[in-house]
Amino acid sequence: MEIARPPDPPSAAARLREGVAPLWTIPAGLLQSFGSYCMLMARAFNLPRDLSPSLYGRNLAEQMVRIGIESMPIVAMATAFSGGVVVVQAIYQLENPLLPLTIVGTFTEQSIILELATLVTAFVLCGRVGAGIAAELGTMRVKEQIDALEAMGLNSVSYLVVPRVTAGVLMFPVLYVVAASVGMATAAFVAELSGALTVQTFWEGARLFFRPYGVFFGFVKSLVFGFVITSIACWTGYNAKGGAEGVGTATTRAAVLGCVFVLLADYVCAAVLL
Amino acid sequence: MIEVRDLSKGFDGVPVLHDVDLVIPDGEVTCIIGRSGSGKSVLMRHLVGLLQPDTGRVIVDGAPLDELTYSELRTVRRKFGVLFQGGALFDSMTARENVEFPLRTFTDLSKAEVRARADECLELVELPEAGAKKPAELSGGQQKRVALARAIAIEPQYILYDEPTSGLDPETSNTIDELIHRLGTTMGTTSVVVTHDMHSVLSVADRIAFVHDGTIPWTGSVDDLHTATDETLLAFVRANEYKIGVPSSTA
Repeated sequence: MEIARPPDPPSAAARLREGVAPLWTIPAGLLQSFGSYCMLMARAFNLPRDLSPSLYGRNLAEQMVRIGIESMPIVAMATAFSGGVVVVQAIYQLENPLLPLTIVGTFTEQSIILELATLVTAFVLCGRVGAGIAAELGTMRVKEQIDALEAMGLNSVSYLVVPRVTAGVLMFPVLYVVAASVGMATAAFVAELSGALTVQTFWEGARLFFRPYGVFFGFVKSLVFGFVITSIACWTGYNAKGGAEGVGTATTRAAVLGCVFVLLADYVCAAVLL
Repeated sequence: MIEVRDLSKGFDGVPVLHDVDLVIPDGEVTCIIGRSGSGKSVLMRHLVGLLQPDTGRVIVDGAPLDELTYSELRTVRRKFGVLFQGGALFDSMTARENVEFPLRTFTDLSKAEVRARADECLELVELPEAGAKKPAELSGGQQKRVALARAIAIEPQYILYDEPTSGLDPETSNTIDELIHRLGTTMGTTSVVVTHDMHSVLSVADRIAFVHDGTIPWTGSVDDLHTATDETLLAFVRANEYKIGVPSSTA
């Protein structure tokens, strides 16, 4: 009986090709993902002529409540703790006989207004809003609800993406105001509680180097972060594939990519505007 | 009329449909039958432009879908009502809101008229009491019936049904079959029913298209089944315990 000859082992070149091929697919995949994201946004904001203000208006109002109003408690809590931590660390690092105590207020105000209020809010929204949007749209995708919208003759991208992204852009600045206010108030309270300086000294320091441009910078970042978080979440959710696993992947990607691109956008904003 | 010409479609290099030709005449109920995974639902999705063919085309009322802009395609889609296999009801809305959704979106009806029409459609699918319930509170069969009510709400020219009776009890299945038949006879609606339920096919079909391994080897009327010689079709029909309309147990 003839014994079947085992297949030849792959050549070194073939093994190298197999190993290298996935490396080549990484930039190609990133480029494809970026293209897909841009196309989705273009399709979303190329609003159809038969745009019904009542339909989109109602949807927008719902999303503003969900993204903005319902996020306020968690954003307030997160920035309250952040404000407290910043002032404690500022006292720890800056308590020096050679430095005036007002510098604690100055340092805290700059940290919160310029950075913490937007960044902490953004990270909270990546988890709460970004993951939520991705899960909702992902579920709609795998349960054929997006196909149902399309089959009815509706522009599903505009219907689903535009209200969410618009609500994110409109409500993030509101959340920034809440975050900055709560953060500063908590910082002042913790400063008093620490016994190192009084509330009056804290506010005096905070006012000392306050520049309205810092608030403007915070607002600009808020608009950018609002767009980044919601648009990425819509993209991952809208393109979810498979069943529950696909929705889980979309949700994770929304949270992770949201955080990464918020940090990237943070750097770009700082480099361009400061 | 819907025409499918030389349509081929594959996913990730795996062919699902090849060179499919099919004509769906106006005012008739066309049943697309075949085994699970034969490509029936993929074919149905092409009819409303939810999938784009690799080659070939779908023509609806003379308009080739592949040549239309997205805006024009959406206009054509408004001629359709689609009942998806899983219902595809919007989770965030109640059953009545689901039925009202296309009416509110695409018609100029007043709120009262929209509500009345939604109630009428829910009545047609024998679920008048389900209006206030969310989809999660309904059984699978009830969800499908609400989805059917949504599909017929704007009285579309074409209705596509993807497995309309799967998962339903025999009595409800008969109700759905009667409704499909009635929509065709009273309103002149053109229906395309994707199913492997031969009982349903024999109840509603004017024409039958048999999909096998991505092709349509046989088309004909219910009467033509008597003289069909295609072995794959006959094997499928026998597997459904029907021999040309008569259950095998009694044949």
